[in-house]
Amino acid sequence: MTTPTRTRPTVTSGIGDSPLRPDGVPKLKGEFQYAQDLWSEGMLWGATTRSPHARARIVSIDIGPALATGGVHAVLTADDVPGPGMFGLEHPDQPVLASDEINYWGEPVAIVAAEDPDTARRAAAAVVVEYEALPPLTDPEEADRADSVFRRLQIRSGDQEVTGEVVVEGYYEVGTQDQAPLGTEAGLAVPDGSGGVDLYATSQFVHADQSQVVEALGLRPEQVRSHPTGVGGAFGAREDVNLHIHLVMLALHTGQPVKMVYQRSESFTGHVHRHPARMWYRHHATRDGKLVRVEAKILLDGGAYASTTSAVLANACYFAVGPYRVDSVLVEGIGVKTNNPPCGAMRGFGAVQSNFGYESQMDRLAAELGMDPLELRRRNALATGDRNPTTQQVIQTPLPVAECIDSLAAIPLPDGDDPILPGGSGLTTDRSHIVRGVGYSVGIKNLGFSEGSDDYAEARVRLTDEGAVVETAAIEVGQGLVTVLAQMARTALGISKAIVRHVDTSRIGSAGSTSASRQTQISGGAVMEASRRLRERILAHHGGDELDDLGVHRAGELIAPMSELIREGWEETYTFRHPPTTPPDDDGHGDIHADFAIAAHRAVVDVDPELGLVRVVRVDTAQDVGRVLNPVSVQGQIEGGIMQGVGLAVMEELVIQDGVIRNPNFTDYLLPTILDAPDVEMLLIEQGSWWGPFGAKGVGEPPTISSTAAVAAAIRNAIGRDLNRVPVRPEDIAL
Amino acid sequence: MIVEFRLNGEDVNARVVGPTSLLDVLRDELGLFGSKSACAQGECGSCSVVLDGEVVCSCLVMAADAEGSEVTTVEGLSTDGLNPIQEAMLRSGAVQCGFCTPGIVVAATELFRVNPSPTRIEIKEALAGNICRCTGYGAIIRALESLSGGEQ
Repeated sequence: MTTPTRTRPTVTSGIGDSPLRPDGVPKLKGEFQYAQDLWSEGMLWGATTRSPHARARIVSIDIGPALATGGVHAVLTADDVPGPGMFGLEHPDQPVLASDEINYWGEPVAIVAAEDPDTARRAAAAVVVEYEALPPLTDPEEADRADSVFRRLQIRSGDQEVTGEVVVEGYYEVGTQDQAPLGTEAGLAVPDGSGGVDLYATSQFVHADQSQVVEALGLRPEQVRSHPTGVGGAFGAREDVNLHIHLVMLALHTGQPVKMVYQRSESFTGHVHRHPARMWYRHHATRDGKLVRVEAKILLDGGAYASTTSAVLANACYFAVGPYRVDSVLVEGIGVKTNNPPCGAMRGFGAVQSNFGYESQMDRLAAELGMDPLELRRRNALATGDRNPTTQQVIQTPLPVAECIDSLAAIPLPDGDDPILPGGSGLTTDRSHIVRGVGYSVGIKNLGFSEGSDDYAEARVRLTDEGAVVETAAIEVGQGLVTVLAQMARTALGISKAIVRHVDTSRIGSAGSTSASRQTQISGGAVMEASRRLRERILAHHGGDELDDLGVHRAGELIAPMSELIREGWEETYTFRHPPTTPPDDDGHGDIHADFAIAAHRAVVDVDPELGLVRVVRVDTAQDVGRVLNPVSVQGQIEGGIMQGVGLAVMEELVIQDGVIRNPNFTDYLLPTILDAPDVEMLLIEQGSWWGPFGAKGVGEPPTISSTAAVAAAIRNAIGRDLNRVPVRPEDIAL
Repeated sequence: MIVEFRLNGEDVNARVVGPTSLLDVLRDELGLFGSKSACAQGECGSCSVVLDGEVVCSCLVMAADAEGSEVTTVEGLSTDGLNPIQEAMLRSGAVQCGFCTPGIVVAATELFRVNPSPTRIEIKEALAGNICRCTGYGAIIRALESLSGGEQ
C-alpha cells in the first residue's frame, strides 16, 4: 500500500495556458484609456511649430503673432528651455527645440499651449520663423565619404586571404519603413503644484523618458514622474522621446495640465523610422556549397540625430552572415549622419536589413551552384556550440537552425488558386496571367540588450486582497505582457489569482525598454524570481510545505489561510539581469549577445508580371520560441510580425526626397489590409532558452526579420528576375 | 450651431463650430472616446460608426451632416457584457494594442447584422477598410469565422 501524497494542484491560467487578456474587455467595448483619451479639468492643448526645411539656419523667430492669438497661454522656443536642452536615447545630441540650426524636415522649433486643439495649431502656424535654407546632405554614400558618421564598425574573423571556388556578388537596398502604430504620439502632463510634473505619454520605456526629461530640462529626478499609460501600438516608434519634454515644459510654464496629440502627418515626422540600407555583399563557397568567406559592407542612414543608430548598425553587422557557419568574415558597417529624418528602432532592429542582403545572396549562390536553396542553408546551418561567425561568441542557447529549416520544409505547400487576385479590388488582373513563386528565408536575431549594456528589469510581487499583484514599469504596447507576467506569477507562486499593475517611475525601478523582444524574458525573469522567493519566504515563515489559493499547508493541512498572509503584507522585489555581455574588441569580437532566436519563412506569391501586381498567398514559418508561455499570444506575435515583414516586402515605404517625406499619411504610405493578409501556417520549435524564465525566448521580432526576404525571393522565383530592393514596386516587376 | 441626432438610442445635441468632424464631436463634445482617431483620412477605419445603417468613417463625416441621423458607436453595441462579436474576438486573441478594435467591432457587428453567415471572403471584404497593425488579421478572421459557422 502506498502512502497518498498530496500533489501540487495546477494553477489555472498559469504558463502554457492562454488566459483571456485582462485589458481585452475594455478594449473591445471602447472603454480602454489610451494616451489620446486622457482628460484633465482645465487642461490646455499643445502644438508644435516644425521646420519646413531639411537643413537651414534660423535667422529669427517672432512669437508675437502666435502669442497674440486669443486663447493662447504659452509660446516657447529654445530660449525658454531650462537646463542643457538636449536629449537622446543613447547620446543627448538632439535639441529639445532647435535654436540656430535645422537638421531635418519637421524638426521642432517652437511649442504652444492653448485652450483648444485648433487654436493651438493655428498659433503654432502663426510663429514667424525666418530661415536661411541650406543644401541638405541626403546621400548616405556622400555622408560616408565626408565622414559624417555616428558609428563605424569593422568585423574581421579568420583568414582574410581565403577565396571560394564559387563567388557571388550583389548589391541590395532596403527602403525606409515606418512603424505606423495606429495610435499616434499623445500625452498629458499634469503639474503637481509644487514644482513637479506627472507625465502620462505614449512610451516603450518610461524610465528613459523620465531621465531624458530631467536631464534636458535640468530638473531634479523627483520632480518628474513618468506613468505608463495606454499605448496604441509601438513597434519601436515609442522608444525615443518626442513630445514628452515639450509637454513637461508647457505644464511647468503654464501651471496647468497640457495635452498633446500628434496628427498622423506629424506622427510621421515625430518618431524615428527603420533605417534605409545599402548593402554590398560577396559570398565565397566551395563547389559543394560550403561557405568559406563572406564579405559585406552595410551602410545605414541614421538621419539627423543619433537615436539608436549605433546599436541598429551593430545588429545589422553582427548578423550580416545570418545563421550560417563560415570561418572567414569581413564586415564593414557605417551608420551615417545626414539631413534625412532620424532613424532608430523598429521591430527587427538592423537584423531585418542585413537578412535581406545575406538571404538574397544565399539564393544567388544556390542558383550558381544549381543547388536547392533550402539544402544550401541546411548545409551551412549554425548550431548550439558553434561560434557566431562575426563575433566569434560561442552560442550557448539552443539554436535550432536546421530544425527550423526541416520543419518549414515539411509544411505542405498550398495547392489550387487563391481566391484573391493580385491587385485586389482593382480587378485588373486576369487569372491566366498569374505566375506563382515560392521563396525562403532564415533569420537570426539577438534577444535583449547587447554589447555590455547593463540590461535589467525590476518587478515587485505583493500579496493583497486582489490576489498576487505584480508591479512593474514595463510597458504593455499590445503584445500581451500584461497577460504573461500574471501567468508567470501564478505558476511560480502557486496562486491562481494574479494581476499586473503598472506603476510610475517613482514607485519602482526600471524595467528597461519594451523592445529587443526582451520583456517576457527580462521582466518575466524578475516576476518569476520575485514570485519564487516570495513563496519560499512565506513557506519558511509558516513552516509550511505548500502554498496555494487557500494559503499555506503543512502535510496537507491548512496552517495559514490566505487572509492571514494578506494581513501579513508579503511582498518581494527582484531585479533580474541576463548573463553579462561585453563590448566588441577591435575585430568586432566578444560575448556580445545574451540570447538568440531563429525563424524560417517560406512565402508563396501570385504575380501578374505585366502589371507588376503581387498577392502574397501564404507565409509559412517555423520559429524557435524557447517555450510557449501563452499559445494565443505567440501566434498573434508571429502573424502580426509576418504581416509587417510582408508590408516591407511589397508596399511600405516612406518616400523621402531632398530630406522631405512625401507620403506622411495613410493614403500614400500603404499598410497591409485584411485583403493583403496571407494565410500563415506555423510550427513552433520548443527548446528552452539557456536562461529565459521557464525557457522562454522573445518571439516578437523574428517573424518580421526573414519574412520580407522570403517574399522577395518568392517574387524572384515567380518572374525569374533579379530583384535587389525592397519594397518590390510594380515597376520593379513590370518595367 | 447645435446638431441633434440619435446616438446609441438616445437623443443628443452637440455644439458644433465650423467644419468639425462627427468623430471630433463624439470624442471632444460628447465624451465618447471609443471611436479612435488614427489617420483622419478615412483610410484606417479606427473611427468607424454606423450612420443610418451604413458603416462610415466618422472622421470623414461633417458633424453638421449628422443632424437628424441615427448614429451607433462601439459604446452602443453591448450593454453589461460583450456582444457575440466581441466575445469571439476576445477568445481568439483578436485584440492586441486594441486601437483598431472599436472600429473592427463596429464593422463586424454590422456585417453580421446584415449577413449572419458571411463567407471568409465576405468577412475580409467587410473589414477591408479597417487597418490592424498588430495581429496580421489572422485572429480576427478566426474569431468571425467561428461565428459564421456556428449558431446561424
